[in-house]
Amino acid sequence: MSILVNENTRVIVQGITGREGQVRTRLMQGYGPSVAAGVTPGRGGEETLGLPVFDTVAGAVNQVGAVDASVVFVPATLAADAAMEAMDAGVKFVVIVPDRVPLHDVMKLCKFAEEHNARFLGPNTLGCLSPGKGVLGMMGGSPEAARDFFAPGRVGVTSRSGGITSSIAYYLKKAGIGTSTIVHVGGDSIVGLPHPEILRLFEEDAETDAVVMFGEIGTTQEERVAEMIRRGDFTKPLVAYIGGKQAEEGTRFSHAGAIVEGGRGDYQSKVSALGDAGAVIVERFEDLPSETARVLAELNGK
Amino acid sequence: MAKLLEHKAKEILARFGIPVPRGEIAADADEAAAAAERIGFPVVLKAQAFVTGRAGKGLIHFCDSSAEVRDAASDVLGRTVGGFPVETILIEEKLRIASELFAACMVTDEIPGPLALLADRGGSGVEQMARDGKATLASRPFDATTGLKLYEARSLAVECGITGKQLSAVSGFLVRLAKVFLTEEARSLEVNPLVMTEGGKVFAADCHFSVDDYAAGRHPELGIEIAREIGHPPTELEKIAAAYEATDHRGTFYFLELSAEGDRPVGFHGAGGGGSMMSMDALVRHGFTAKNFCDTSGNPSAAKVYRASKHILAQGGIVGYFASGSGVASQEQFHSARGMVKAFREWPLNVPAVIRLGGNKEELAIEILGKFLSDLPVPVEAYGKDDSAAFCAERLDALVKEHPPVEPYDCIPTARTEVAKDEYAFDVRTGTISIDHAICRNCESRPCIESCHAEILEIANSAPRLKEPAEESAHRCTECLACELACYGAGMRSIAINLPIPGFDEYLAKRGGQ
Repeated sequence: MSILVNENTRVIVQGITGREGQVRTRLMQGYGPSVAAGVTPGRGGEETLGLPVFDTVAGAVNQVGAVDASVVFVPATLAADAAMEAMDAGVKFVVIVPDRVPLHDVMKLCKFAEEHNARFLGPNTLGCLSPGKGVLGMMGGSPEAARDFFAPGRVGVTSRSGGITSSIAYYLKKAGIGTSTIVHVGGDSIVGLPHPEILRLFEEDAETDAVVMFGEIGTTQEERVAEMIRRGDFTKPLVAYIGGKQAEEGTRFSHAGAIVEGGRGDYQSKVSALGDAGAVIVERFEDLPSETARVLAELNGK
Repeated sequence: MAKLLEHKAKEILARFGIPVPRGEIAADADEAAAAAERIGFPVVLKAQAFVTGRAGKGLIHFCDSSAEVRDAASDVLGRTVGGFPVETILIEEKLRIASELFAACMVTDEIPGPLALLADRGGSGVEQMARDGKATLASRPFDATTGLKLYEARSLAVECGITGKQLSAVSGFLVRLAKVFLTEEARSLEVNPLVMTEGGKVFAADCHFSVDDYAAGRHPELGIEIAREIGHPPTELEKIAAAYEATDHRGTFYFLELSAEGDRPVGFHGAGGGGSMMSMDALVRHGFTAKNFCDTSGNPSAAKVYRASKHILAQGGIVGYFASGSGVASQEQFHSARGMVKAFREWPLNVPAVIRLGGNKEELAIEILGKFLSDLPVPVEAYGKDDSAAFCAERLDALVKEHPPVEPYDCIPTARTEVAKDEYAFDVRTGTISIDHAICRNCESRPCIESCHAEILEIANSAPRLKEPAEESAHRCTECLACELACYGAGMRSIAINLPIPGFDEYLAKRGGQ
């Protein structure tokens, strides 16, 4: 098992004829899972990368049958609309890759998703990847790199930074630790599946023994994770690193979500909350693999 | 920045029918006095600055005469608050205050969605007072599509103990505030204090308005200069960077100067938000301070990375240059390497540098850095994904201890410096490529052709030219800079790629040169 994506996931790509859509569709075709069709308004009836292109998601689903997920590569201001279109056509999981999606669009999308019993990863996400099974989004960049960087195993990874998601999985692999699924929740202040939601999925996943989390300043995600641990809603070992110790208040560090506002969401509050709840906090990013190995050894020793 | 000054925020509120005190802005004492005469005494004079607690800082004055207004205006204008010169003052009618409240709308990721707030008292520290039981702070989520309903607003007012005629005035105020919040795509919108006058009317007496960066483009009416949250007013260099970035959407270039002080400031060049922060943390653990934060990621062109490097170098006063991202980037790293090579040779780099370009195609990136920078009088070390950010910070530490900054020196840039005798030039997306065919005719190796990623060049009449149709070929150029570097390294040095940064040279000149 794994979460969000496996070898049987059936996916469509919205914005398949664009530059990113083309490159990342090749990634998914080369690494898995199976891509069923593409959607680009105005390009219906064409074919690309051996796939039929449709004007609408509903049209695609009618023709190729139900799909599990849609990956969105459209300009940021059109992204929420594309996601809504997919959900309206019955797609239950949408991965929204573009950066700079307006915050109010995302708030509206949250409500829409809830009403449609659907969920979404992102915006501003590299996606998710289950090593050896499949990838949704652009994690790894190319099939060769993805095969080189990631190895299957029993540790889940959840991160607010895309590059760091890959880094953690790669450094774990170097330390002989494989991963079940690696998830980039997205860098924005509001995302469809924040850390707490991903941990809920990892908690239920029988093939995940422990989770490594990259948190950073801003938002309440890490504090809510601490609360989950305290309530007993997340019971597996959690090893975490929090970025942004040096960040200045009121200044945003690249990610829209990485900003300390009104004294909330700073480094110290996250580290204390998680530490008090019983998570393993590493001060140095480089120590994540060795601490994870130690935690796993303890787990297996029990 | 994505924050509005008080007078601008109130102008927006007024457009939505929210009562604000009668007021005018002024930039000098005469204007201020004239405005006060028109408004009628007594007036309030408020310095326009992005700080809280202005009253305590002497930035708010109550005046009963023109003379007092002049004195107060002269006192306030030109003062520097939070690194920001006060250039504008707002003169307003003085309200006859009966009581003060606090009203706000904000985005919270916990719900997730918008939240409306109301407190039964105004002033600073409302949240703390609510925690201490000295104030009531009521809040409720509302629908991001349909807005705050009147009955929802009323329930907040009732919770805060508001009764009688004021109940409908306050709830109506909140509904309008939520409408501004949604229409203008605010990130947070705070009215503090919300004043109830002796006459029973409500007014927004002060307003903090912060807008979503990513939506700023949809709201020209807000007049936002840099659509990014920065804890200080934008510096000249930050403005130049942001203005450039707004014109080039391939990948991300994010630059800001930091205020942390230390005796070992380093120019910091990150890649990716999380990787950059992690790398900066590693740097700081080794006793350095980051002079700036910079992030070039999302598959940026070499041209963009070159410009970012120039910004970092232009700050001056650094003892080292540190580039590091997550370590396992999906983007092809040789683009960053080429951008840095062009910038380092052109400036030229005068401090040790450690460049960690781990990830996709890192071998080529490391090779490029070694090949083109090994002759500099300062060491440049290049690393990949198997070397941690902590290790790289340690290397910089060792290098900086051994190699203090060197005096300006002559360095041959990768671009041709002489004026072309027989110029062949064409425009690419953000610059111009100039080739001196007089030089090319003596070239036998022609590395430019082979190096061109987009394969847009061919040899015709013994010199490199765009393949026909030429315009289409020029459009396909990805500004990877490979041709310039190849021509510099293995050719006759006939190529010069000019990549302007509007305002950059003027900035240097104003500062008194490099």
